[in-house]
Amino acid sequence: MTTDTIAGVDVDLDEEGFLVDPGQWTEDIAIELAHREGIASLTDRHWQVIRFMRDEYRAKGTGPPVRALARTSGVPIKELYELFPKGPAKIAAKIAGIPKPRGCI
Amino acid sequence: MGERIEKVSIIVSKGSLEGVYPGLIMANGARAEGIEANLFFTFFGLDAIHRRRLDHIKVAAVGNPGMHMASLLGVLPGMSAIATHMIQKKMDANDIPGIPEFMEMIADTGCGIYACKSSVYLFGFTKDDFIDQVKDIITVGEFYEKAAGGEIIFT
Repeated sequence: MTTDTIAGVDVDLDEEGFLVDPGQWTEDIAIELAHREGIASLTDRHWQVIRFMRDEYRAKGTGPPVRALARTSGVPIKELYELFPKGPAKIAAKIAGIPKPRGCI
Repeated sequence: MGERIEKVSIIVSKGSLEGVYPGLIMANGARAEGIEANLFFTFFGLDAIHRRRLDHIKVAAVGNPGMHMASLLGVLPGMSAIATHMIQKKMDANDIPGIPEFMEMIADTGCGIYACKSSVYLFGFTKDDFIDQVKDIITVGEFYEKAAGGEIIFT
């Protein structure tokens, strides 16, 4: 675990760069985490997925893997990969400040 | 964290359910991790991208110790279909897609899907026999070009 200053806030990150405490998350942190993942600006569609991830985490204790994310968020798989090319569920979860989803499919 | 895998090229050479799924799951899982992925179907693996066959891929009921069933029973008519049906029910319950949906999904992740040229000729297939998601029919040499700089997995 490391501590990093993101958007002016000291946050704890795990070894893959995920927020350890989702409660520390803010929208400004999301914007900076997105930059670090090579996403220059977050569109409304990005935010739709990010908020959905946070809602799912609050309700179920985990974010969905890609297939479930596409089915439940209403954003198709193809578009998810356009929004988050380095892995939709993984990167959206990281930007949303929740743990990495652990499904295989 | 150690060195990261950047690209995988996965060869699917078998036409049974248990022969096809591991390659699909690994390709899809690679894309989910942001890893570049290619799938190359060869020999009986071509059935998994064949329009009229991909929805009829079956579990091997004979010579398959994993079935925990005497091979003698496996030769009974319909046994392979029954075993396949049982496994598909379990897959549904575990939210694993059927092969047609899985192939569409994998193409949508940006994974390249290719057919092996010599196998296509061997079985007398043409491009029209394959699902639309197949990008190209390529030679083994072209496969190695696409696989350059990454890991190759043979299944």
